[in-house]
Amino acid sequence: MTKTTTTAPNTGGGMWLFEDTTSGSVFTPERLSDEHKLIDQTADEFVRNEILPSHGQLETKDWKLARVLVNRAGELGLLGTDVPEQYGGVGLDKASTVLVGSRFGQSGSFGSTFGAHTGLAILPLHCFGSDTQKDKYLGRLVSGEWIGAYCLSESSSGSDALGAKTRATREPDGSFVLTGEKMWITNGGFADLYIVFAQVDGEQFTAFLVERNSPGLTIGREEHKMGLHGSSTTPIILQDVRVPSDNVLHHISKGHKVAFNTLNYGRFKLAVAASGNATAAIGEATKYAAERQQFGQPIATFGAIKHKLGEMTVRAYVVESMIYRTTGLLDASLKGNEIADAGPLRNILEELSIECSILKVAGSEMLHYVLDENVQIHGGNGFVKDYPAERQYRDSRVNRIFEGTNEINRLLIATTLVRRALKGTLPLISAAKRLEDEVTDPPTLVEASEVPLAEQRSTVLAFKKTSILVLGLSMMHYGDKLGEQQELLSCVADILIDTFGAESAVLRADQAAIDAPQNQLLQIDATCVFVNDAAGRIEANARTALASMSDGDSLRLQLAALRRLLRFSPINTVEKRRRLAETTVERGGYIFR
Amino acid sequence: MKIAVCVKQVVTRDWPLRINDSHTWVDDRDASFEMNEPDAYALEEALRLKEQHGGEVVVCSAGPPRVNQVIREALARGADRAIHVEAESLASADGAMVAEALAAPMEEEQFDLVLTGLQSDDQGFAQTGVVLAEFLSIPHATIIMEVQVGAGRVRVKRELEGGWFQWVSMSTPALLTIQSGINQLRYATLKGIMAAKKKEVRLVEPPAELARRQEILMLSVPERTKEIRLFDGAPAEAAGKLVQALKDDARVI
Repeated sequence: MTKTTTTAPNTGGGMWLFEDTTSGSVFTPERLSDEHKLIDQTADEFVRNEILPSHGQLETKDWKLARVLVNRAGELGLLGTDVPEQYGGVGLDKASTVLVGSRFGQSGSFGSTFGAHTGLAILPLHCFGSDTQKDKYLGRLVSGEWIGAYCLSESSSGSDALGAKTRATREPDGSFVLTGEKMWITNGGFADLYIVFAQVDGEQFTAFLVERNSPGLTIGREEHKMGLHGSSTTPIILQDVRVPSDNVLHHISKGHKVAFNTLNYGRFKLAVAASGNATAAIGEATKYAAERQQFGQPIATFGAIKHKLGEMTVRAYVVESMIYRTTGLLDASLKGNEIADAGPLRNILEELSIECSILKVAGSEMLHYVLDENVQIHGGNGFVKDYPAERQYRDSRVNRIFEGTNEINRLLIATTLVRRALKGTLPLISAAKRLEDEVTDPPTLVEASEVPLAEQRSTVLAFKKTSILVLGLSMMHYGDKLGEQQELLSCVADILIDTFGAESAVLRADQAAIDAPQNQLLQIDATCVFVNDAAGRIEANARTALASMSDGDSLRLQLAALRRLLRFSPINTVEKRRRLAETTVERGGYIFR
Repeated sequence: MKIAVCVKQVVTRDWPLRINDSHTWVDDRDASFEMNEPDAYALEEALRLKEQHGGEVVVCSAGPPRVNQVIREALARGADRAIHVEAESLASADGAMVAEALAAPMEEEQFDLVLTGLQSDDQGFAQTGVVLAEFLSIPHATIIMEVQVGAGRVRVKRELEGGWFQWVSMSTPALLTIQSGINQLRYATLKGIMAAKKKEVRLVEPPAELARRQEILMLSVPERTKEIRLFDGAPAEAAGKLVQALKDDARVI
């Protein structure tokens, strides 16, 4: 796995906004090794041969079958890609984990079973468990003998996770007694080990490992959901459940560390699954559009359909580029560390929380767009259950809700950046001051360049400056009350998401000159379309943000500064989307993997 | 028991086929490749025989450097080591040329059993195995459904036409061409994939005088034609004629 970890300057944790990321330094799917490709093949074959044909049966709530499938995945090593070998894992890099997670994303229901088991049970145990706890539980989870579940939400605390009411009362012998009710627990109906969050002494938020057969633990009835009918979602009711002191995960009162780091990784993995789901759906949409005849020709030959296939490809490409770039940052920072030492992983997950939230929002919304257009391309057939398009559309809706709603994640993106700026770990304030001078200096003429992507590079730079301008003004205007301005913060988050996406796409397309020359022109097409459209969105968001803070002459001055930054002329995106769509149809599916 | 499995790399089944400009082969410049399907069953059979009787499974392949992909895959699935006869000229070689390229390094190895797929998914001549047996001067049997190994002999079930089978007993060393679907393919486990990195792949140059014996003059896509035949007579009589025509003319039932 040598190619994964090109030593790059660490531009994670939001630093990419202030520093130029050098071309050639980011990880992309084009840099996957031969072993990565075989891992991808095993995961893909397993999901297509074993999981997808089982969907109907899983939707009858056949949890025995779900257990068998988890077990089989365990036999192949798919549950423990990044778990140390001493616990039955394979001890590989995050890139391998991303490949596997992406393939499981093809199945909404089993994907969530798999995601909760690996991301919400195995990961926190690996990251925060004591050696004794790992010896006892990790091997069983990695082999698939045991299934894990994560119990954070309650009926009155979803986004406000730390407001959980479940109590843990200390007993004289050091053990704890847990009482409360957890809601919307994925794998709730058949898990063997539950990670339960509760307040010790009413205020110390703490994570516990609770075995299924603990007296007092009961499983509520299955929820009737909009989608994901083949995954178990139940309440978990705890009535005086005694938990030994050895089963405190991490430390008392440090439950928020466990919860938030797990969520960071969960958000990243959600985007990974969304990416796999979207690329598979693009394949289905393409095949349908190529076969479905109307007016005597395949609908894929019509411009209105080409627009959809082209745009689906563009958005999937950009999210994929962000995912692999972030994967590279993860692997680079973990390189040289013993995989058994989970400390560096905890640190990097905390550091990359901004990127994880960006990916969660961008990934789930990209998937929503792709699956919506997939239904639309299928026409009437998209609205009936004979084709997977209908189920996928319902299954994907919850992606914008769980692992932190997209609203919460947008706020986190912006407020984390502000907090790091105030702490001095991100140079936002100095960058905003520099920018103030720059926009009042007389303009310099920029020469047009013939180098591919040169214009997109400078547009991305303008995106970054726009982010800094709006963020800087917001901080000045609202000071420590900025946190209350949710609409403004959401605008800022949208600008940042588009900026990170645009830059990741440019960097990947640029590297393709060496890594995938046969695909580079298409990558450039996708990148140019995205950057072009992102410019319009960023401008609109910036205007909304500025007009919410200023008026009169100061607003006019700010808008003039914005116009100076965001000078761009539209490109012919119609032609580029057509080319992307036609190649997609020619190759029978998503073209960048 | 020392078992060789010959594998070929072919263009992926769902790759949209296009004929190249000279109309002599498919345009595979941007294609993705995979292991020839019958060869995958041959490999699985070899791995099962090794599990029952012990020994070693050696993957043998002749082709350009890109063939390494399927060799690695075979090693990841459980083969012990590999021989790769490497030359760019082997990219679209005919069966005899492949057999000749493989024969010399394979002869040195003194295999007890050589398994190949019944035929390749791309050219479909079903010749490589048979010609290779001649080069190695060992007996062969084709379209094998089941393999039973005894002392110095194998007993194999061949598929004939019309649902008939034939059991053949032959001395080893021998070469068998394996039919698709005779066993359940295993997945390459992640541990297997990582272990394969350390397994030996011996690169061998092909014989100097190696040349193709066949030349593909032209490839063309079948032209679609429509033909409608009406069967007259009473319904039962017309239906009888239809069934007969489907059997004899269309040969679909």
